[in-house]
Amino acid sequence: MSEETIKKIILKEDEDYIINMGPQHPSTHGVLRLEVCLNGERVKYMIPHIGYIHRGMEKMAEFNTYKQVIHLTDRMDYLSAHINNEAVCLAVENALEVEVPERVKYIRAILDELSRIASHNLWWSAFGMDLGALTTFFYGMRDREKVLAIFEESFGSRLLHSFNTPGGLMHDVHPNFRKHTMEFVKYFRKKLPDYKNLLTDNVIFHNRTKGIGVMDKETAINYGVTGPSGRGSGFSCDIRKVAPYGIYEKVVFREILYREGDSFARYKVRMDEMEESLNILEQLVSDMPEEGGFTAKMKPVIKLPEGEYFQRVEAARGEFAVFIVSKGEKYPYRIKFRSPNFSNLFVLSKLAVGGIIADLVATCGSLDLVIPDIDR
Amino acid sequence: MNSVVRYINDIYKGVISLWAGMRVTGKYFISPGEIVTEQYPENRATLKMEERFKGEVIMPHDENNQHKCTGCGICEVNCPNGSIEIITKKVPNEEGKMVRAIDKHIYHLSMCTFCELCIKTCPFNAITWGQDFEHAVFDRTRLTKVLNKPGSSLKKKEVKS
Ligand code: SF4
Ligand code: SF4
Repeated sequence: MSEETIKKIILKEDEDYIINMGPQHPSTHGVLRLEVCLNGERVKYMIPHIGYIHRGMEKMAEFNTYKQVIHLTDRMDYLSAHINNEAVCLAVENALEVEVPERVKYIRAILDELSRIASHNLWWSAFGMDLGALTTFFYGMRDREKVLAIFEESFGSRLLHSFNTPGGLMHDVHPNFRKHTMEFVKYFRKKLPDYKNLLTDNVIFHNRTKGIGVMDKETAINYGVTGPSGRGSGFSCDIRKVAPYGIYEKVVFREILYREGDSFARYKVRMDEMEESLNILEQLVSDMPEEGGFTAKMKPVIKLPEGEYFQRVEAARGEFAVFIVSKGEKYPYRIKFRSPNFSNLFVLSKLAVGGIIADLVATCGSLDLVIPDIDR
Repeated sequence: MNSVVRYINDIYKGVISLWAGMRVTGKYFISPGEIVTEQYPENRATLKMEERFKGEVIMPHDENNQHKCTGCGICEVNCPNGSIEIITKKVPNEEGKMVRAIDKHIYHLSMCTFCELCIKTCPFNAITWGQDFEHAVFDRTRLTKVLNKPGSSLKKKEVKS
């Protein structure tokens, strides 16, 4: 934000027309309030107000053991719950220098990619709906249901499956897991052309997203925008490539980069990522060992040695990182979560300036915000 | 001249993309086999959840109204948000000594986050997941449940011969 804008915000001018978008607005996908100052239909400035569902996750984590912290991370970015779990598990495992079985790494990566597909799929549905194409919602939900069925079969829950635990998994996956995942990959490949015909090639959709909310690479880096939103601006930030964890070193895949930086580029990144995830799934499912157990040997009470531990993973919306300070007790002394949506939100106040208010909805949608992850 | 060409081009592209989209919709319109909607309240009789489905925490009892819970309280300690309360009592065993037994295993469904830690850590496998998912009630107090049935007792360990 430039100095002039800040001055304007502090000294609210009389003729400023200020409206609140949210906290109960369908296109903010949660309780987020955007205070928008308008000049006609043009946005003069926009301030996001957050904290409507602040639950004090980081403070809460200080009174939970390392096994219990896992279930808190589920409730941050609920659409990539499994990936968030993994970050804490990896941090604890690295601190204790525990080597998890090879099979666990495969299963974790498969679940990561399934979560990513489910998450991008839900975003695709909701983004279409934000822009007035209600049809996409039904198609997206139909295919996401298949992923959730796989989750439900193995973990018993569809959205918040606290399935990871330091040292491995809670219990083994269902015997049909491999078969059903393979079936889903085949099924989803066949359905992707429908997505293209319905929305990607649509002229109205192009007019609504091309050249809207342009974010250049510098802005992306300065604001710490990661994930598909950052990669739409050419910022190479895929943690699976930059700092591989788990099994990702062995997997062959491509990092999706687009240079345009507009809403359509961010859209394309996510669509291509879904296809790339299918490729990763195919490799992983065929290589996954049948034997090898689902957990390493762990003590019933986990105490981390004194020190500081850091781990980052690529969640569906960007870089999710966890920083643990331990004083050698069974509770963490301090946990800091770096959630991708928090950084992704604040770039919106820069992108919105000068655009019209309908474009604000398109830009906000293309950043794919999950509000509980921002407020924590 | 240029703008006229662009105008006609736009109309042409618009019609093509509209046609592509409508074809997808039409395809599903004429193939009812693709319908996936579940008629939920009507199909209640046949609806079966997955066997691992996390509906609520239950304590299985056998036909003699006996369960496996000893009242050790490990699940209470492991629950991250205090959904479980264990109230114990002293009962005499066969030799006449007073030993600890479970009086009430109180489970607050309204506070449970379905993290599975209680079930994983119970050393006697006394509790497990139930498949019931219709938890809507008019009064919140009805979500507080006592898991051990009235008059139930601890199952004797089978002596291996
Ligand atoms: S599932 Fe988790 S939250 Fe629920 S009672 Fe068990 S330990 Fe507590
Ligand atoms: S349910 Fe299991 S862990 Fe809980 S008190 Fe009973 S025996 Fe102990």
